[in-house]
Amino acid sequence: MKVLVPVKRVVDYNVKIRVKADNSGVDLANVKMSMNPFDEIAVEEAVRLKEAGKADEIIAVSVGPAQAQDVLRTALAMGADRAILITVDGTVEPLTVAKLLKGVVADVAPELVILGKQAIDDDANQTGQMLSALLGWSQATFASEIELGDGTAKVTREIDDGLQAIEVKLPAIVTADLRLNEPRYASLPNIMKAKKKPFETKEPGDYGVTVERRLNVLRVEEPSQREAGIKVSSAAELIDKLKNEAGVI
Amino acid sequence: MAILLFAEHDNASLSEQTAKALTAASQIGGDVDILIAGKSASAAAEAAAKLSGVRKVLLAESEALEQRLAEAAAALIVSLAPEYDTILAPATTSGKNVLPRVAALLDVMQVSEVTEVVSADTFKRPIYAGNAIEVVQPTDATKVLTVRTAGFAAATDGGSAEVSPIDAPSNGSDLSSFIKNIQTESDRPELNSAKIIVSGGRALGSEDKFNEVITPLADKLGAAVGASRAAVDAGYAANDLQVGQTGKVVAPDLYIACGISGAIQHLAGMKDSKIIVAINTDEDAPIFQVADYGIVGDLFDILPELARQL
Ligand SMILES: Cc1cc2nc3c(=O)[nH]c(=O)nc-3n(C[C@H](O)[C@H](O)[C@H](O)COP(=O)(O)OP(=O)(O)OC[C@H]3O[C@@H](n4cnc5c(N)ncnc54)[C@H](O)[C@@H]3O)c2cc1C
Ligand SMILES: Nc1ncnc2c1ncn2[C@@H]1O[C@H](COP(=O)(O)O)[C@@H](O)[C@H]1O
Repeated sequence: MKVLVPVKRVVDYNVKIRVKADNSGVDLANVKMSMNPFDEIAVEEAVRLKEAGKADEIIAVSVGPAQAQDVLRTALAMGADRAILITVDGTVEPLTVAKLLKGVVADVAPELVILGKQAIDDDANQTGQMLSALLGWSQATFASEIELGDGTAKVTREIDDGLQAIEVKLPAIVTADLRLNEPRYASLPNIMKAKKKPFETKEPGDYGVTVERRLNVLRVEEPSQREAGIKVSSAAELIDKLKNEAGVI
Repeated sequence: MAILLFAEHDNASLSEQTAKALTAASQIGGDVDILIAGKSASAAAEAAAKLSGVRKVLLAESEALEQRLAEAAAALIVSLAPEYDTILAPATTSGKNVLPRVAALLDVMQVSEVTEVVSADTFKRPIYAGNAIEVVQPTDATKVLTVRTAGFAAATDGGSAEVSPIDAPSNGSDLSSFIKNIQTESDRPELNSAKIIVSGGRALGSEDKFNEVITPLADKLGAAVGASRAAVDAGYAANDLQVGQTGKVVAPDLYIACGISGAIQHLAGMKDSKIIVAINTDEDAPIFQVADYGIVGDLFDILPELARQL
């Protein structure tokens, strides 16, 4: 079975981003970019399924600028077999990404698509659910465990009050939560080998999709900042402050 | 204008998060209907009917809706959508699971995790783990929103809306099935509604130590217990206790961070707390930059001392 893994190029999770002074967006000039952390987990899961003999081909796909080929190369170095880059400049909203991915699914015919649960730039948490809706497939979001069965998958999901186990029919969409696995680092030989793996470049038009924005971003603002408070030296002093100054206990 | 609020509940009771999302709905303005999708959920529906500011409560019951599985719940909401121009849900794992599916079926973009209603069609939402706030205006005819409830007060009781049973469409319900929930039983307050949270990080070192020092202090304060991702990953605390960008977003009156460094992903989940206390051996830990009161010291000395003196 084939597994499709969509990966997004985002600002590295260690970067402290800055809002532009004119409130038009976030300053991304010379900022380190990486694969979205949840997508690394998704790639890792696909590679483990292949290593376990349950998947036979892993296709990584990204929607983004030409530089997004870096994250696809990383996916190939981690163990994906081939990559597709759909080149688009500027912001692409989850609904558009989902429409493009639907086109890729039609071409590639995977039985399982594993996405990250959320991109850490837009924090949207939508694309997997939207793709599932557009395809009319089953969906299992926030997965912390995937067990493939015969025509079905049992997925453990992280929910607000604990964990939930569900069974989904294949083909299915799964989105990866943090505890699904610990992604591997690509080894140097694998990075070299990745350079020879098949790599295709596409345009949104190839899938009959026009890139349009549905959300008008009026402004991007700085969040309200907290001031650092004071240091206290003992438990007794802290209790006194919480009771008599802050009035919270 | 009519608004449909997809309720968070467990069939037997209504979550406070529904009442908070109702406040956001009221700020948008218009008639608000609450949808209870569940099974044997009349108790939750009755509770929703008592909230003030509700026009009516729609009660849809079926096997697939008992746990609000995404495919069935989305099909239900889409069948009701023509009557509404705004569809919203609290940004719980259930709301986040179902609403984007609804949005795609309606061919609209969702606005995720609304923290402020600026006007009927303009909303604020955090991006980049809360390091920037986006002010967005959806242009689609139907607005689909999830609401980050920490910033909204719960709507109070005082209403007496009618509960109307409605049919649940069966499409989509054969795609997935519920097996079981593995819930962590606890008689502590829930993280999302607690006034005080005592939260532990990697520094706790083990599950035993976590329970030994965090629990007694939480008990003394009647507090909920939270944890950093590092503590959850290491197995010191259950996954549903994680606070942060990918865990729960909380805003209690008092948040006590113990042995937590203050990574941006953690701050994303707690920096809107009213008062923050940090206890950390490293005086340069970033958590101190957001703390109202800090103690530089060993939590294994300070926490038992706090519990003793309270
Ligand atoms: C995509 C992504 C999402 C993430 N989401 C989240 C999230 O939702 N929530 C979250 O919390 N993290 C999240 N993280 C992880 C985050 O980046 C940090 O790794 C994590 O928060 C660190 O946890 P910590 O503060 O407990 O551990 P550490 O950073 O290791 O800090 C431990 C602290 O304890 C102090 N300490 C040590 N011993 C003592 C002692 N005896 N007494 C007092 N203090 C002591 C140390 O000085 C240190 O400051 C995410 C990361 C990624 C990449
Ligand atoms: N531009 C993109 N290219 C490839 N995959 C994407 C893109 N945007 C989102 N995704 C996938 O969808 C997931 C959720 O993203 P989001 O809905 O934006 O939070 C990500 O973790 C990726 O797996």
